Amino acid sequence: MNAVTSTNTLPQLAEPREERGLLRFITAGSVDDGKSTLIGRLLFDSKAIFADQLDALSRAKHKRSSGDAVDLALLTDGLEAEREQGITIDVAYRYFATPRRKFIIADTPGHEQYTRNMVTGASTADAVIILIDATKVKFDEHGRVELLPQTKRHSTLAHLLRIEHVVVAVNKMDLVDYDQTVYARIVDAYRAFAKNLGLTDIHLLPLCALSGDNVVAASERLAWYSGPTLIELLESLSVYEASHDEPLRFPVQLVARHNGHAAQDFRGYMGRIEAGRVQRDDTLVVQPGGQTARVQQILSYDGPLETAVVGQSITLRLDRDLDISRGDMLAAADDPATLLTTLTADLCWLSETPLELHRRYSLKHTTRHVVARVVDIHARLDISTQLSQPAPGLNLNDIARVTINVQQPLAVDAYDTTRATGAFILIDEVTHQTVAAGMIRLT
Amino acid sequence: MSAVVEQLFSNPSKVPINQRHLNWLESEAIHIMREVAAECANPALLFSGGKDSVVLLRIAEKAFRPGRFPFPLVHIDTGHNFDEVITFRDQRVAELGERLIVGSVEDSIRRSSVRLRNPETDSRNAAQAVTLLETIARYKFDACIGGARRDEEKSRAKERIFSFRDEFGAWDPKAQRPELWDLYNTRVHPGENMRVFPISNWTELDVWQYIAREQLALPSLYFAHTRQVIPRNGLLVPLTYLTPPQASDSIETRRVRFRTVGDISCTCPVESNADTLDAIIAETATTQITERGATRMDDQTSEASMEKRKKEGYF
Ligand SMILES: Nc1nc2c(ncn2[C@@H]2O[C@H](COP(=O)(O)OP(=O)(O)O)[C@@H](O)[C@H]2O)c(=O)[nH]1
Repeated sequence: MNAVTSTNTLPQLAEPREERGLLRFITAGSVDDGKSTLIGRLLFDSKAIFADQLDALSRAKHKRSSGDAVDLALLTDGLEAEREQGITIDVAYRYFATPRRKFIIADTPGHEQYTRNMVTGASTADAVIILIDATKVKFDEHGRVELLPQTKRHSTLAHLLRIEHVVVAVNKMDLVDYDQTVYARIVDAYRAFAKNLGLTDIHLLPLCALSGDNVVAASERLAWYSGPTLIELLESLSVYEASHDEPLRFPVQLVARHNGHAAQDFRGYMGRIEAGRVQRDDTLVVQPGGQTARVQQILSYDGPLETAVVGQSITLRLDRDLDISRGDMLAAADDPATLLTTLTADLCWLSETPLELHRRYSLKHTTRHVVARVVDIHARLDISTQLSQPAPGLNLNDIARVTINVQQPLAVDAYDTTRATGAFILIDEVTHQTVAAGMIRLT
Repeated sequence: MSAVVEQLFSNPSKVPINQRHLNWLESEAIHIMREVAAECANPALLFSGGKDSVVLLRIAEKAFRPGRFPFPLVHIDTGHNFDEVITFRDQRVAELGERLIVGSVEDSIRRSSVRLRNPETDSRNAAQAVTLLETIARYKFDACIGGARRDEEKSRAKERIFSFRDEFGAWDPKAQRPELWDLYNTRVHPGENMRVFPISNWTELDVWQYIAREQLALPSLYFAHTRQVIPRNGLLVPLTYLTPPQASDSIETRRVRFRTVGDISCTCPVESNADTLDAIIAETATTQITERGATRMDDQTSEASMEKRKKEGYF
């Protein structure tokens, strides 16, 4: 049972620490880099691997590794089909908590369907942990590191989806004798690569997922490393505090009319604040219509509010009757979203049926559905080489910069500044499948 | 359990409630319910009287009050429910003033769409799927909101929030749509439907903390009480008319509580002294056993039993 004994205690709990909101992150790694082991370790060390799951493990039919130790990776496998193949095939969500913060992991596997799965997991992630297997990294004759293609692919996707924080975990340090030089060279190579790519918020750390060194507790064997452990780092990353200061974006989900009160003309606009904040008396503009109104009341089940911020689901009442319906955007009048009928976007194709140029698709952006056509493919991005080249079409897992025409104007922001108003999906109107994910780029 | 964690949780009232986290979960769930109301033609909310669906009802109130719910409540009654859960269900429905539709497994048995070897005592948990599908077909529901959570059980970890079911009500793990951002694809063809899980991202602890924060009423089975049980295969089987003792069984009296309430014939309580919400929260925070593993006889049979049932149309 060596692999699952926890010798660690949670660090630095003596002082009550500030309460942090949820952190959602994704783990990226190729097969055998230790992703499942790391996730198992996080769940286990945070006491979330319950006793009977361990029991079920010793009864499990298909073990991936031999030996007496319970393989932590088995804990994270889900479906029957996958168990048979000995490999995970989709995005699975895992939960763990420390006294300071709750975490949701989007666990994506590292093989063919990779792009689609990672893009899916990344779309809701605040952070990504990119795993590098220290034993797989090759050094040239000058001792320089050539990063593995998968590390570059994962980083490229992380950048494309604008994941806020990138954590690079150099794993299996035990197999390179906890050698600081190996680590330092990988760090140098990664920093240079990340700079080229345009990644800004990068954190690197060495660890050993199998034994748990530097996952929850600092490790004596990595004494030369003075930074935070993985869990300390994850606990400290900041999430969406920044977007309080952005201009208000409130896509209308539903219009509540007379709301059960037979009384007069009650009209409330239900929705969730996707960026910024709203206060009573704020002047808002209805997009795309263009009318303005002031906020009369901010309602919630728990009573009226003076102010509400990003993330809150509320009902707004305005000081005048306007023709507003689902799909309209209520935005800060002095800093509204951009109205566009022609979008430039990075599109990730998710379907086995290739894109048909000029065909009708249904585009869902915030709460609005519009008819859309992809009219031009500028260039397809090769995520292994980071080079863009012209392409005649798009197939499953392809990513390309495209032009899309939509039938009615959309109120958008650049995906870089506001995810919720810069993202969309395409739906095939015949099969109803979700066929593409798009990120709007404004220049 | 490390000393630090023990110290944090040794005093029940000290289990920290992360309000920001609960607010986020609540708002996400409201958003999802409103998407259902806006995009689905004829949705329903599955209400069993259990703790997860009690949370769903509060979310629905938060999403739609002072208006009425834009969907009826549906209960799939196995006919083997604890009386007090049914009483609680009816009371809650009356307080809310909403419409309840009951789909009955008994009726399915009478119609012969459900066949059990021994209709009196066999678990009717699996039969629920048939009755649910019949109810969906009868009322032409295109979306059923349910209280399943991803942390409940392994095969649920991959479940979408909007989970697509084909015209046979079947869940095909390979045919699920990718779900990106909060942009849910709710489209179905006639005869197909969606199961929607607004509290997918909640853990058992989140549910209990939310119940405490919102002061939600629950059937008293959830709190520690004295009950006659039969220890069997590591489970405590409640002594009932459906689960009579066998010759080799010993009947014992223990302090227990239920962590989930389902069909009598397959739901077991756990040993516990937790008779208040705070005590339950403390226990949940430190407990080492998952909800289903500890309490469902039928889930123990094989690791994949839940997945099989999902493919057949179970929630
Ligand atoms: N020595 C060593 N082995 C590791 C470490 N992390 C993972 N492994 C092993 O590497 C193999 C692949 O790990 P796994 O977690 O299944 O990789 P995945 O395919 O990325 O999920 C398993 O045999 C693990 O036990 C580590 O830090 N040190």
